[in-house]
Amino acid sequence: MNFSSAFFNSSIPLLNEGIKLTVTISVFSLIFGMLIGFISCIMSISKIRILKFISGTYIWIIRGTPMLVQALIIHLAMPQFIQTFNPAFRIEPYTSGLITLSLNAGAYLSEIFRGGITAVPKGQSEAARSLGMSKTKTMLRVILPQAIKISIPSMVNQFIITIKDTSILSVIGLAEIANRAKQYVGSTYNYFATYVLVAIYYLVVISILMVVSRWLEKKLSYEHKDRS
Amino acid sequence: MNTKIEVKILHKNFKKLEVLKGINLSINEGEVVCVIGPSGSGKSTMLRCLNRLEEPTSGEIIVDGVDITKKKTNLNKVRENVGMVFQSFNLFSHLTAEKNIMLAPVELKKMSKAEAKERAAELLKMVGLEEKANSFPSQLSGGQQQRVAIARALAMKPDIMLFDEPTSALDPEMVGEVLAVMKQLAKDGMTMVVVTHEMGFAREVADRVVFMDEGVVLEEGTPDEIFSNPKHPRTIDFLNKVL
Repeated sequence: MNFSSAFFNSSIPLLNEGIKLTVTISVFSLIFGMLIGFISCIMSISKIRILKFISGTYIWIIRGTPMLVQALIIHLAMPQFIQTFNPAFRIEPYTSGLITLSLNAGAYLSEIFRGGITAVPKGQSEAARSLGMSKTKTMLRVILPQAIKISIPSMVNQFIITIKDTSILSVIGLAEIANRAKQYVGSTYNYFATYVLVAIYYLVVISILMVVSRWLEKKLSYEHKDRS
Repeated sequence: MNTKIEVKILHKNFKKLEVLKGINLSINEGEVVCVIGPSGSGKSTMLRCLNRLEEPTSGEIIVDGVDITKKKTNLNKVRENVGMVFQSFNLFSHLTAEKNIMLAPVELKKMSKAEAKERAAELLKMVGLEEKANSFPSQLSGGQQQRVAIARALAMKPDIMLFDEPTSALDPEMVGEVLAVMKQLAKDGMTMVVVTHEMGFAREVADRVVFMDEGVVLEEGTPDEIFSNPKHPRTIDFLNKVL
């Protein structure tokens, strides 16, 4: 119940370690997630049925299961299976966490990108094709630039979700901030101050992200580029 | 007389709906052909088959000696020579007017960036919009957007220009400025196929007027023949309603 200087002196170093991990694993997972998501998106709109099927199955599985279960499968279930033919196999919580978050974000980002692409009016590609541009050139120079701009709010939404989902990885032993907090209260029982402080840490990180996102949206909007 | 476009027994079905029921048409070099007719007659569909934005169900379409209905045809190459102007302009909203015009010539290696920039300035001047080079489509009026769209189509130096109801989406005050650009193009000898409801334009500028209804060409002739002396009862009916 107490926000004493003793509390801050003992909790803050631990929570700082935790938030560092939260932020780094989020950043890397989102970078991988965007790559995976982009590839999956291209596969999902491809005319080649097998590609569509692979990406469809991937998205279905990720969206159809809780991330908690996904984390346990990657950290505990999969290694157990691999150990049947390679007993020396070990995986670190950080690695499992990275894989889980990346695959998870990738599936949702894939659908976000697909939504962005289909939101670009058909006339845009018709105009480009009528000028003689190939499907690929049209996608790269006309559709994608617009699709990305359309996707930004949804993408940022997913970033926020992924950052907060790092807390789920505490179950596989990742020492991110929620886990650190849990360990701290385990010995101090200072639930109120600790958890309020943790919430504030998350709030700060996500608010910074929201400010950056708003700046980005503004920068990309055409209404402000009044040069005529 | 050089035949630029030849359409032979063109059929187009959308699932069960037969929209084009055997169109035969030929367009000669330098001709301005206006296609008129009621809504749903298939005019736009026919026009969009000419650059295969719509896939013909059967029939042949020969553009500049190349049968574009054949699978082997390099469609992109043919399209470089056939410009299209759309009813809803379809300017690339993420690019300025100038960049809209420059995109295709640079991407398709027809011109260097510098040459394309010069050409864009030239074309913008021709359509009366040189000071709008750095404006985005969202900052332009409909009439201005359509004029930039015409400039964009001309950037590739096409021999043939297709216009799909170019003024139908414009406020009446802006129709004139777009038609003026089209008139000049016609004067300069461009081969044009124009689907339009602007009968005044057709009368004044067209070399030939084609009347379509329910997927077939019912009548065609000079503007004089069609407007002053229509023969088919449905042509007469249509013209009574619109003139």
